Formats: sequence, C-alpha cells, structure tokens
Amino acid sequence: MNNNDRPLSPHLSIYRWPITMATSILHRATGVGLAVGFVVFVTWLFDAASGPDAYSTFLGAMESTVGCVLLIGWSYAFFYHLCNGIRHLVWDTGRGLEKEQATASAWFVIVASVVLTAAFWWVAS
Amino acid sequence: MAEFRLPKNSRIRKGQHFAAAEGSGNTRTFAVYRYDPDSGENPRVDTYEIDMDNCGPMVLDALIKIKNEIDPTLTFRRSCREGICGSCAMNIDGGNTLACTRANDEVKGDVKIYPLPHMPVVKDLVTDLTNFYAQYASIKPWLQARTPPPPDQERLQSKEDQELINDPSACILCACCSTSCPSYWWNSDRYLGPAALLAAYRWLVDTRDEATGERLDELEDPFRLYRCHTIMNCTQTCPKGLNPAQAIAETKKMLAERKY
Repeated sequence: MNNNDRPLSPHLSIYRWPITMATSILHRATGVGLAVGFVVFVTWLFDAASGPDAYSTFLGAMESTVGCVLLIGWSYAFFYHLCNGIRHLVWDTGRGLEKEQATASAWFVIVASVVLTAAFWWVAS
Repeated sequence: MAEFRLPKNSRIRKGQHFAAAEGSGNTRTFAVYRYDPDSGENPRVDTYEIDMDNCGPMVLDALIKIKNEIDPTLTFRRSCREGICGSCAMNIDGGNTLACTRANDEVKGDVKIYPLPHMPVVKDLVTDLTNFYAQYASIKPWLQARTPPPPDQERLQSKEDQELINDPSACILCACCSTSCPSYWWNSDRYLGPAALLAAYRWLVDTRDEATGERLDELEDPFRLYRCHTIMNCTQTCPKGLNPAQAIAETKKMLAERKY
C-alpha cells in the first residue's frame, strides 16, 4: 500500500500541550507581532517628523480603545519575547534543559512578562 | 510544511460503543483510535467500557483485554511489557508514552488512546516507522575508528568516558520523542528528529569514535539539526526519562565551538 493513501494520525488536535510547548509557540507569535508593531513604530516616527497635524492624527488613533489594546499587546509581546529570548540564550549554553528546569523557567517567563508589562504601563501612565 | 488540518482521508468519525457486561461495577471507558485499511473508510474512535476489577494495572493490559474479550481485530504492537522494547509506544491521554509502563490510574477520566502523532497509520495503533528508522540509520549508529584496535583486547574506556554515553545509549527507539515534536510533524522529511539526534550525540561523545568531524559535517544543516527550536516536547514525553533536547543543545554547542 502506498504511504500516501494511509491516513495521517491526529497530532495538534489530540496532543496535550506541555507548558514549554505553549511558551515556544508564543515566542514565535510575539516575534511576528513585534515585526508588525515596528511598522507602527516607524509610522509614529514618520508622523512626528511630518508635523503637528500628522502627529495628532496618529495620537488620536493610538488613544482609541483599539489603539490602546494594540499598544498593550505590543508591549507584552516585547517583554515576553525579551524574557523568553534570554531563556533561549541560557539554553544555548546547555543549561536549564532538564524537564523540571524548563517547566519552571516557562512559568517564570510568563509571570515576569506580565509583571514587566504591568510595571511599564504603571510607570508610563 | 506546517499543515494544521488532517487530510480528508484522515479525519476521525464517530465509532462504536461497547458497553460493559451487566453487573460489572468498577468500569472505565477507553476511547481507542481505529483504522481498518481494508474497509476504505475513515478512521474512527471506538469506546469500550472495561471492568477494572478484572483488568491488569497498565494501559497495555486494558488493550490486551479489549483484544481478547471484546474485539479481536484491535491491532497494536507490543512485546516485552516492561518498557525495554519500545513496541507499544502510542499517544495515551494526550502524551506519547509506552502502554506497558503507563498505569491506568495515572490517567484522569476516560483513557484516550491514539497512534503516535502525525504518522502514516498502517492499522489501528500501528504506524509506519520506515522513515524514522531510515533517519536513525542515516546518522551511522556504529563505531567508526581509523586506528586499529589494541592487539588482544577491546577498545577500553574509562568509567568517566562511559558515563558520557550512559544515558543516550539507553534510548529504545520507541519514537515517542520524535512524534511528539511539532518541528518533526511539519518537517519529518528533512528534520532528523530528537531520537536520531540523540543517537548521533551518543556517537559524537563516544571517546572511542574517530569520526566526530564527519558526523558534525552531516548534521550541520538548516533542517537536519537546526529545525530543533527547543520546544522541549521530546524531553517532556520520553518514557525512559532521557533528555534529547539536552543532547541537541550540546551538539549545537559542538558545532559553534568548532567554528569559532
């Protein structure tokens, strides 16, 4: 029987996610989010250079509810990607790869990124 | 490439339910993936109610009981029933493990049993491991030495040298780790996967092996080795408690150190 005719066993739909799997895909998702966010960042700089009218339009958009949600999302993406990026750097030295260590560092990164995001907006506002 | 949905011929339909016999008190439901290649139908999940007072403690015992008493067509691999042959590797309760070493009591609720994930299914819980074994063979899992062995004796190792290969040699090639890895799901045609890479590492750190350079050359590839993104599913799921993720990280380190 040709292997192409065989059914493929289920994968994503049945696998129970370890927390380390969630932090891994979140790292990629926040990376993509940050790339998109940089377009907005450049728009901010561009509008600031273009004069008060353009800048106030930009400010208006960012101070709307949608704008605020996006900004908080991007700041979270930044802090998460930063914390988890450091975790990856530590891994690259061969440390912290035991099962218990990786699970603990996953939770640490999640908590740290939320705390840093909250602290950032507390200082900013 | 990442293909998140199952192909049309692989989508699971509702299966049959086999109720426990009258008067059995302590029952437990086992949901088992079934695929019959002769029927031409899609896979299904059958549910079996088992009298746990008359069943052994392990998931494998329950599968054998189903095969013996309810449905003799249920197909799965098993041999040693003590976690050393690796035949009964399957996905139990969402994680890959050996049916013979996973106790029914460790699972909460219904016991859900699927074949190893993202693999071609031959029948029921039996998957085609041809590619997995070919990848293992591709890392040349044997001693390569150019210098002749000392006369009248083996190539000896110190105790410390032996300890380097202790853990990686304990791999039983059950394929739990590789089939738990999303990178392997999406790229098993080009990514070697944690099991083969753990085996490669076992020979890289073997002090008797003299092909370290060639072995590293073979691994230095964006896919073969570097599709590992440290998702850690391999180490989380290994039924032997081994650490392929660590071995892969050490291999990447060896490559980096060789370069700079």
